[in-house]
Amino acid sequence: MSLITVTSPHATRSGNHTGAFMRQVVYATIPGIVVMTWLFGWGTLFNLMIAIPAALLAEAAVLKARGYNVRFALRDWSAVVTAVLLALAIPPTSPWWLIVIGIIAAIVVAKQLYGGLGMNPFNPAMVGYVVLLISFPLEMTRWIGPHEAPSWFDSFRMVLASANVDAFTGATPLDSFRTWAGNAEQLQALPILHGEFASLGWEWVNVAFLIGGLYLLARKIITWHIPVAMLAGMALIALPFWLFDDTRYASPLFHLFSGAAMFGAFFIATDPVSAATSRYGRLIYGALIGVLVWIIRSHGGYPDAVAFAVLLMNLAAPTIDYYTQPRTYGHHRAKRGATR
Amino acid sequence: MNAPIGRPRLLFDFHGGIHPPQHKSLSNQRPIRPAPLPGQLILPLNMHLGAPAKPVVQVGDDVLKGQKIAEAQGAVSLPVHAPTSGKVVAIGPRPIQHPSGLDAPCIVIEPDGREQWCELHPLPDWRTCCPPSALIPRLREAGIAGMGGAGFPTAVKLSPRAEHPIEQLIINAVECEPYITADDMLMRERADQIIAGVEILRHTLNPKEVIVGIEDNKPEAIEAMRRAATGTGIEIAVVPTKYPSGGEKQLIYMLTGKEVPSGGIPAQVGVVCHNTGTALAIHRAIVFGEPLISRVTTLTGKALREPGNMEVLLGTPVSALLDAAGADRNRIGRLVMGGPMMGFTLHSSAIPVVKTSNCILAASVEELPPPAPEQPCIRCGSCADVCPADLLPQQLFWYSKNQDLARAQQYNLMDCIECGACAYVCPSHIPLVQYYRFAKGEVRKEVAEQQKADRARQRFEARQDRLAKEQAEKEARRKARLEGSKPAAASGVDMAALKAASLEASSAYKAAVKALKAAEAEGSDQVATLAGDVEQLKAKADAAKAAVRDAGNPPAAPVVDVAALKAASLEASAAYKAAVKALKEAEAAGEDVTTLRTEADALKAKADAAKAAVRDAGPAAAKAAPAQPATAEQPAAEKADDGAERTQKMKALKTAFNMSHKQFKEASAALEHAEREGADNLDELRKQVERFQLKADKAKAALGLLVDQAKADMRASGSDLKSLKIEAAQTEAAARQKARELEAARIKGDDERINVLSRELDALQREAQVAAGALKAATDEQGLADA
Repeated sequence: MSLITVTSPHATRSGNHTGAFMRQVVYATIPGIVVMTWLFGWGTLFNLMIAIPAALLAEAAVLKARGYNVRFALRDWSAVVTAVLLALAIPPTSPWWLIVIGIIAAIVVAKQLYGGLGMNPFNPAMVGYVVLLISFPLEMTRWIGPHEAPSWFDSFRMVLASANVDAFTGATPLDSFRTWAGNAEQLQALPILHGEFASLGWEWVNVAFLIGGLYLLARKIITWHIPVAMLAGMALIALPFWLFDDTRYASPLFHLFSGAAMFGAFFIATDPVSAATSRYGRLIYGALIGVLVWIIRSHGGYPDAVAFAVLLMNLAAPTIDYYTQPRTYGHHRAKRGATR
Repeated sequence: MNAPIGRPRLLFDFHGGIHPPQHKSLSNQRPIRPAPLPGQLILPLNMHLGAPAKPVVQVGDDVLKGQKIAEAQGAVSLPVHAPTSGKVVAIGPRPIQHPSGLDAPCIVIEPDGREQWCELHPLPDWRTCCPPSALIPRLREAGIAGMGGAGFPTAVKLSPRAEHPIEQLIINAVECEPYITADDMLMRERADQIIAGVEILRHTLNPKEVIVGIEDNKPEAIEAMRRAATGTGIEIAVVPTKYPSGGEKQLIYMLTGKEVPSGGIPAQVGVVCHNTGTALAIHRAIVFGEPLISRVTTLTGKALREPGNMEVLLGTPVSALLDAAGADRNRIGRLVMGGPMMGFTLHSSAIPVVKTSNCILAASVEELPPPAPEQPCIRCGSCADVCPADLLPQQLFWYSKNQDLARAQQYNLMDCIECGACAYVCPSHIPLVQYYRFAKGEVRKEVAEQQKADRARQRFEARQDRLAKEQAEKEARRKARLEGSKPAAASGVDMAALKAASLEASSAYKAAVKALKAAEAEGSDQVATLAGDVEQLKAKADAAKAAVRDAGNPPAAPVVDVAALKAASLEASAAYKAAVKALKEAEAAGEDVTTLRTEADALKAKADAAKAAVRDAGPAAAKAAPAQPATAEQPAAEKADDGAERTQKMKALKTAFNMSHKQFKEASAALEHAEREGADNLDELRKQVERFQLKADKAKAALGLLVDQAKADMRASGSDLKSLKIEAAQTEAAARQKARELEAARIKGDDERINVLSRELDALQREAQVAAGALKAATDEQGLADA
């Protein structure tokens, strides 16, 4: 009888580990992947097929260099999640090297150089995205027009960087609105701005990520605080401006179902490592991301804004946590911001 | 007080909580059975929270069942009783139920199998026999500790402070940990006894409400308890199944909405919480007089063939219970005392069951597999979602791991109840509670070290103070020694009086010199007299100075002091008299007398002061005198001579005064007659009257001087009460006579005479006061309180 002597608790929830947690996130992106493939062609899948092995390789290399148990550490699936999120964020027309550079920036720089999983102050996928957006603005803004998906062969050539990509690309709804903001006739005439209920095509991408997000909520992988706060923040600031001048400012519905709104709300902003962690903190964090997204979309120089908004709020997360401690049982008031 | 029928209690829901698999059916399928009597019973001296008990038996002693074998030490401590009859075979360290696996002192008893009880003192009429507070020492003597968790002495919890009136008595029958069914089975089988115990608790605490909290996964127990509680006013509250609803703080919140303050106790919010098993033990202790010697323990886990609940004698080794429950030793992967959430693993099955051992979980490896390796925290926040204390475990983990104790405390580390919900849900398998325990230990260590440092500082400061004080005392002693060789360290007051007397004498002398000079300047015929007075005064002043000087010599101090004081007093009053004389003479000569009068007044005051000094010093001298007979005799003899001479003088002076006074009166009468007749020799007559008056006054003054001397002597001796009385009466009479004279003068309207008389009257009145004071002091001293 050799007894295990450890401290309590002795029971743990079965099937409960970080890898499973992360896998749920990957599963939740499936509706989005399907819709994107349907709208933009095979490029999205090629992105994923390049990003995931690149991420695992990059992660393994650094972990090995840092002296970790590579097989054990890779089982946390965190590199895969980062790869999937980055692959879904960049255009499906991207050449392979763009994806690889983005993955290296995300995994090596943003994550491992900061100490690996759990230690990174910034969302790795968004760091990779912003590095690419700033370095390769042209490649990063070539989105295919909805329902104009190229054949798998064209997509394959685009990945190999041997096709004339421009032939397949068109402006995204957010781009179009930015370009024609203030011009009521053009805004009225552009078909891409008029889908079933929001922007053409992209509304379905957002619906798909919303469904994935609801799945995450149902599985208790994420809490409602950040997505709800972010979407509410975005809609609430968009509403008065849209009511004031709907030729300059897009409607709240348009904002909620364009670009990376749902993807950002449920998959990016909710990255627990770099987000605020207390309940109130998450509400503030999410709401401010929503507000920043709207500000950058309406007044900034980039068509979409989720990456910048999330990174900016990553910076603020520790401070937000510092001031949003919950009231502990037996205390009259929460200790918030007091140093000792 | 009555339980609301049909209206369920409004329950509050605490934050967080988890729903782990229950595994309760493993052990609640068969009734409680008695555990076999083991070969040895190992009784730790510290089965409770607090100070360990002190053995009162020796190795080799025969003990009876229920006999006290160790007594409580201190307020938070409990005695230990023999669970069965037998022999004490050892008193020494044995492995016990400590999480760290430490050995601790135990009493080992070998049962004789006779189960022979010692004499018990049952109290079936506890409701009426004695005041409720009288039951509490019985519970303490019965060794009753909280049987649910920490093992806090029950008696301590039953004596809440007066400022915390108890509103709710809560019986914790929640039993929220998986696997454990001891309370469940106890309630199913012995609900009546539990309710009887609760009644005793209610009797001692007198709360407004009594609530029994039971989780809704124990329908049979709820039913049994409801039946037993019918008509008692005890409320059975069913709480939803959620771990850790059986945590004291959580249960209090659920049932009352009250939160126990951080770092405080439930009594601070008017709540006292007791466990079901404790209530049963209380019942047996009061009604049957049985001390706490056994408890119901759950034996469970997949490594047991016959899991269930057993009535176990305290001290029974776990191995004996495992055998009784049909343990498959090879299947046991982990042996846990307590539940899977908060229990601790045992490193040996030789460890005995104690008062707090509610469960022995013999888990197979599949059931409780070895912990998975720890992964990095991804701050998913699952832990914060389940924390019943509403902490941020992810932040606490971060700060605990980095040993940032200040930050960890800022995030309320010390409010963690170590329920393990966070670690249960952690996807990264981080043993969070272990980190918190470590950090808490560090914090406690820090606090203890701080206290130690504070105590050391206080000790150091106290020592410094003491040393400084000793130094100061040493210094004072040294100074005293130095001064001892100087004049009159011992009799400072006397010295001061002597000095004052000396000053008075010398100023009297100076005044006399001044008067003499003035008289000389005026060409008065009194110059010769004044010169004589001056000579006399000078001698006296010198004597006074000498007295002051002599007083500095300690050996002779008291006697010399008094003698010198007397001399000084005499000198001072003589000086006054002389000054008065000089004044009168000057007046008679028609000179300017203002200066002289002032001086005379000043001298009078000084003379009075000197007299008072002599009076004060008198008794002390009288006491000191026997110690200094040789020194005291001489002045006494001198005094006697002085006295005789003075008496003769006084007689002569009295005659002179009487004669001159008579002449004065005759002359006055003649003058009056002449005035009435309108005679022309009025001026001559007036001069005659004045002359006679002057003569009489002179005689009187001289007489007064002698009388004063005599009086001073008497006062100095302090013994002659009669003469003091006479003196007081005389001075009073003199003052009265003077007052009459003054009245006559007023009637006549003789301004100058009025002035003179009023001054004299003042002097006399003062003298009368002094005499009366002296008389009173003397009377008091002799213990003859004068009415």
